[in-house]
Amino acid sequence: MMHRLRKSSNWLIAYVGVFLLFLYAPALLLPLFAFNDSSVISFPLAGFTTQWFAAVLDNDPLHRAARNSLIVALSTAALSTTLGVFAARASTRYEFPAKRGMLGLVMVPMVLPEIIVGVSLLVVVVQLGLSLSLLLIILGHVLICTPFCTAILGAAFQGLDRSLEEASIDLGRTRFMTFVLITMPLVLPGIISSLLLSFTISLDEFIIAFFLTGTEATLPVYIWGQLRFPQRVPGLMALGTILLVVSLLLLVCAEYFRRRGARTMGRQEQGGFF
Amino acid sequence: MPWGRPRISPEAASGLVLISPTFIYALLLLATPIAAVVLLSFWTQDYLDLQRTLTLANYQKAWSEPIYQSLMLRSVKISLLVTVATVLIGFPIAYYIAFMVPPRHRPIWLFLITIPFWTSYLVRIFLWKVILGYGGVINGSLVGLGIIEEPLKFILYNQGAVVLTLSHAWLPFAILPIFVALNKIDRSLLEAAEDLGDGPVRRFLHITLPLAMPGIVAAAIIVFIPTIGDYVTPRLVGGPNGLMIANMIEVQFKKANNAPLGAALALSAMFVVTLISLLFLLAVRKYLRPNQ
Amino acid sequence: MPDNDVAPQPIIQTVGVDKSFGDVQALRSISLEIEQGMFFTLVGPSGCGKTTLLRVMAGFEQPTTGHVIIDGKHVAGVPANKRPTNMVFQNYAVFPHLNVGDNIAYGLRSKKMAEDLIRRKVSEALEMVGLSGYEARPSHALSGGQRQRVALARALVLKPKVLLLDEPLSALDKKLREQMQSELRHLQRNVGITFILVTHDQEEALTMSDRIAVMFSGEIAQVDSPATLYQRPCSRAVAEFVGFMNFLDVRKLDTDSGRVEIEGLGTVEIGPRQAPGGFDGEIVAGVRPELFTILFDGEPTAERLCTGRITELQYFGDMTYYEAKLDGIDRTVTISMRNTSGREVLEVGAKARIGWSPESLLILS
Ligand SMILES: Nc1ncnc2c1ncn2[C@@H]1O[C@H](COP(=O)(O)OP(=O)(O)OP(=O)(O)O)[C@@H](O)[C@H]1O
Ligand SMILES: [Mg+2]
Repeated sequence: MMHRLRKSSNWLIAYVGVFLLFLYAPALLLPLFAFNDSSVISFPLAGFTTQWFAAVLDNDPLHRAARNSLIVALSTAALSTTLGVFAARASTRYEFPAKRGMLGLVMVPMVLPEIIVGVSLLVVVVQLGLSLSLLLIILGHVLICTPFCTAILGAAFQGLDRSLEEASIDLGRTRFMTFVLITMPLVLPGIISSLLLSFTISLDEFIIAFFLTGTEATLPVYIWGQLRFPQRVPGLMALGTILLVVSLLLLVCAEYFRRRGARTMGRQEQGGFF
Repeated sequence: MPWGRPRISPEAASGLVLISPTFIYALLLLATPIAAVVLLSFWTQDYLDLQRTLTLANYQKAWSEPIYQSLMLRSVKISLLVTVATVLIGFPIAYYIAFMVPPRHRPIWLFLITIPFWTSYLVRIFLWKVILGYGGVINGSLVGLGIIEEPLKFILYNQGAVVLTLSHAWLPFAILPIFVALNKIDRSLLEAAEDLGDGPVRRFLHITLPLAMPGIVAAAIIVFIPTIGDYVTPRLVGGPNGLMIANMIEVQFKKANNAPLGAALALSAMFVVTLISLLFLLAVRKYLRPNQ
Repeated sequence: MPDNDVAPQPIIQTVGVDKSFGDVQALRSISLEIEQGMFFTLVGPSGCGKTTLLRVMAGFEQPTTGHVIIDGKHVAGVPANKRPTNMVFQNYAVFPHLNVGDNIAYGLRSKKMAEDLIRRKVSEALEMVGLSGYEARPSHALSGGQRQRVALARALVLKPKVLLLDEPLSALDKKLREQMQSELRHLQRNVGITFILVTHDQEEALTMSDRIAVMFSGEIAQVDSPATLYQRPCSRAVAEFVGFMNFLDVRKLDTDSGRVEIEGLGTVEIGPRQAPGGFDGEIVAGVRPELFTILFDGEPTAERLCTGRITELQYFGDMTYYEAKLDGIDRTVTISMRNTSGREVLEVGAKARIGWSPESLLILS
């Protein structure tokens, strides 16, 4: 039996290898084409160049789109994390009538096709005669990010020992100061995870943004427009590479701080952003 | 107190106050707009004018015209295939991380699985087009190796390509919930099963799989429902026969300027996936109970 | 316990306190008076409402009816952070992101005190609990016992009128628990602050307290000193909960003179002090195991005698616990004997002469 086990685990490891190749296939091609000295995206490769990165750096519409995306993603992260804190706190600490129903509605976007969110906001805007704007995209993104933030923060608040807050009040602090001095520092890793996740979801969200974009495009909407022009595609590969590297750096930093935080609080290391 | 106790306790009141910003937000920006979509789906578009008399015309169209029927069927088929594919591909990976990777390294492995997704969604889909295309990676390698002489044309611009690309995009969302469920399994249960004489296969079928069911079900729902609403992947890699219902919804809202029909299509699609999901949950409910 | 004629002013008092959570009534008309400087213990089985009563006193729960008076003042509506009480939580609730010094200074800092005064008080408090020089320790680097001391110091440094302790020792292992029991007792004597301790361990209650309140399902059954509680429990439930007691069936003969017939023992006359609940209703006779004596040859005889046979024994070194079936009835009683020098240990099956005295009997309902 030992032998059979060994053999089946060998198969599993081989499978994991193939799987990783499949998973990484696009990500591996990305830098290849980003540095490839040809405006056609196909093999064989034609030599090394950095011109596509130079093109990214010198492209005003792209910068504008990137700026818009940053505005949208930062606002979304802040807003949905704030809303998530309220919902998570209410759900983990209090019992009240219709709790399940209310939380259910908040969590619905997690299992709602994004196109429904896009369409429904569009319908309201058109019916009310408003104009499309970045604000609208932010509102839509907050809607789809809040369930994720609520889930992450719910776990953080759940892990918070209630008697710590009671001890603080017992020692003479007000509720507000207790929240600032005890609750916030202890759920900070959760808040950072929530900010980070909602930021990344928003930054990459296309389906809703495309429905609600007016004159100001976000980065994915801009990329969508460029995909139609073959000569622009190598530039997009360079942009994709930059995005990948920047988000990885960001994640590694965040993970570093999370671990440091976990260590000073003597928590068991586990989980990370997941 | 002659007037009795207040109906809502102070604790319940604090809870309601706390939840209210988030709840009101969802009410205003989700429930209300969806109600508006429902209303709109009963109106009709008459060129540039909106006819506000309530009618079922859009739904009649959406459910009876062959083009919408076939799009709907195809979308459900593709979403189901993607769901099955992600769960089947993802399960062994989740199993590997939960049972064969030492606990210390598990976060790194989970991180490893999400790395490819930290770049633009659109760029990723486009790269699949490059991999599968006429002058793409697969054809290039096959021709280069002398296995085929002419590049294959049938691997891009069809439903298979859509299923492949969507499965790739949704894999982490399937792996994570399954991993969480597997990771929660008390290892002593497995040892107990072995101690009672179960071989690896029996043990897997009788202990591991049932206990992983909540994760599998969550993964299936998380992948299945949103997939129906994707119009980017079908547009980029699907070709004319790979389009899905969401493409039609998008067209109705934008180019065709028939928002009421688009609304009816969107709601019909939502109805269909919700129904399928509920039936699915009903079918597997006995696996969900003991772990709740 | 001082037994003065003038009753001292109670430091904390509950008057007819009821508390319900929905359908669950956790407390039923609790009226307690606890005097200044006492070591007071609330003891009772799990779920009887001890924690709830403590939390009502601390201000974390509002009583449904009734009120709490602390140091002569009604505290209805006064929140926990304004009450002169402090709490040591069952899991200690030491703030994990603050070091030991900051944990202890936490309450002082909200009082706008000069920082060097705070520092002095912190180091005094640490010295008091035997953790001098631990200010800079991160709190996750503390052992269970040390955490406990930090939680104590953190509460005591605020000089509360009443210190509330919710099962502070239950998370410690046996040896440390015994050590902390005597330390807590010493600490309480030194600082002179009223301690109210919750425990479900009746032995702990007996060894540590000046006074004990026994609670069953939300009600106070008896409040007394440890000795009185043990010797004169007011009901069968209290007698069963505090220590061990043998129960024997009783037939009432003449309730006016207190004449009863007790199975296996015969007819006795019971004084009024031995029947705190009177003779009404269903009653049993209770005898503590140490109040039966097995008479060995050559030892002085007892007031009354009966015979039996040993069915089981447990040997503890200093003590032996026998199970003996009394002749004539179908019941065994537990008898504890000190193993003084020269006294033999009987074997199972041996016949024994058992001595007892009518004064050691209690009639309980
Ligand atoms: N917040 C609450 N909501 C509902 N019921 C509660 C709440 N707190 C306590 N109870 C109920 O009140 C009763 C008394 O609980 P309490 O915690 O005071 O018991 P306890 O004597 O401290 O028990 P233990 O020894 O197990 O700590 C229990 O039946 C409990 O279920
Ligand atoms: Mg308790």
